[in-house]
Amino acid sequence: MRDTWILFRHSLRVSMRQKAGVVFGAVQPLLFLVLFGPLFATIGTWETLVPGLIVQLGLMSMGLAGFGVVFEKRSGVLERLRVTPASRLALLLGRVLSNAVTLVLQTLLLVAAGYAFGMRAPLAGLAAGLVLVVVLGTGLAALSYAIALTMNEHLFAPVMSTAVVPLVLLSGSFLPMSMAPGWLDALSHASPFRYVLEALRELFAGRYASATVLTGVAVAVAFAAIGLLVGTRVFGERTA
Amino acid sequence: MINTTGLTKTYEGGPEAVANLTMSVAPGEIVGFLGPNGAGKTTAMRMLTTLLKPTSGSAVVAGHDLLGDPREVRRRIGYVSQSGGVDPAVPLGEELEVQAMLYGLSRARASARAAEVLALLDLTGLETRPGGALSGGQRRRVDIAFALTHRPVLLFLDEPTTGLDPRSRAALWDHVRRLRAEQGVTVFLTTHYLDEADALCDRLLIMDRGRIVAEGAPAALKTGGRTLDEVFLDLTGRPLGQEAGA
Ligand SMILES: Nc1ncnc2c1ncn2[C@@H]1O[C@H](COP(=O)(O)OP(=O)(O)OP(=O)(O)O)[C@@H](O)[C@H]1O
Ligand SMILES: [Mg+2]
Repeated sequence: MRDTWILFRHSLRVSMRQKAGVVFGAVQPLLFLVLFGPLFATIGTWETLVPGLIVQLGLMSMGLAGFGVVFEKRSGVLERLRVTPASRLALLLGRVLSNAVTLVLQTLLLVAAGYAFGMRAPLAGLAAGLVLVVVLGTGLAALSYAIALTMNEHLFAPVMSTAVVPLVLLSGSFLPMSMAPGWLDALSHASPFRYVLEALRELFAGRYASATVLTGVAVAVAFAAIGLLVGTRVFGERTA
Repeated sequence: MINTTGLTKTYEGGPEAVANLTMSVAPGEIVGFLGPNGAGKTTAMRMLTTLLKPTSGSAVVAGHDLLGDPREVRRRIGYVSQSGGVDPAVPLGEELEVQAMLYGLSRARASARAAEVLALLDLTGLETRPGGALSGGQRRRVDIAFALTHRPVLLFLDEPTTGLDPRSRAALWDHVRRLRAEQGVTVFLTTHYLDEADALCDRLLIMDRGRIVAEGAPAALKTGGRTLDEVFLDLTGRPLGQEAGA
């Protein structure tokens, strides 16, 4: 626990030094908000779109989190840390939690921008949604680290940034999947992110006790657990 | 301090990098691995420092079983890897402090210890410098500082003086000898430099193609007025420093 805290603080301090990096990670969803949002608002609502963009943000920002560890592997820092008695879980969790803080800041930025455009959601729903996003983001970041350590490091960035695109589309970020033709709707049910996104939309609409919310929470928790499990294993085994 | 039995590493699809390594290092000894590129020195060291899982064999390092109790081994050893591990973006003082805290020191003691090891390695004044803004030799000394933060009883140094100028090299040798004399630290190192092996080590293990081909005190290996170079040539049929299999 203590090791996790030490590494979390360290990691956070390093990433907060790059404030531009934190903002830049949110630029793409912000662009969608500004340049696509007004268009979408003619047929849908901001309360539908913003949760979608939050999921897009989570996928992009956390999906690429593993990139940081590619550098640490190259510089030998990771190997040095692996010789310390810090637990392998702490090596992973310290980083993942710091990524989660970044994600919270980015999400708040996005929500604030959404608010400026006219989105309205109850505070409780926003807070619950933020928690849900953090849980999902934790799993994503952990998986991203596992992939980064397993995969050829030169392929990581191009492969991951491409892989994120279908995941975002299949989650129904831009238009709810209920509008999709049958086959696409069926396909998107295979994506865990769809369930989380639907739960997020419910929360933003102020409906907390629905089956959709419950499903989304369960999926997010399961996803995070799997991500951390896989991540810890890979952190324990892989060497630079 | 180190006892290995039949330690072997075969990389996937590769050669037997370390083959059936059985050796021991006594407490307080300074022992060196000497061998050409690709001999298996780094591979052996990475197994002994818990970084690489042996294909077979076992070892007791610093009083604990390498495979059964890696965490206790890690608490007691320091490791300077061949390529180093300094974060280019983080100020040195901060990173040393984190390193020390991971060994259980409180923040205040970690910060004091960071200043101490920086002074020890002649790096005082560079606390706020990020690793990327150091010279190669300075960075090497920072690597060594990292490995000393928790006062290990056993120190692994993989080519510690590569990239150091003559003065820093001499200072490092001096420092290694002092660690042993004052704190009884056991040192296991690899080197390509014959003068270094000669100056520093009580005992040398000459390694070639994953195997120890000769062992003895530097003086004993030089019997008959031969240099280590010549001994190596005799043993392996090729000069020191030549690529294995070349
Ligand atoms: N990750 C790896 N995968 C496959 N083969 C490897 C790997 N690392 C090392 N090897 C091979 O194992 C053998 C031993 O390498 P090792 O790095 O242990 O040698 P070394 O004695 O440290 O050499 P040097 O003096 O160049 O540092 C070499 O043939 C090398 O090519
Ligand atoms: Mg080597």
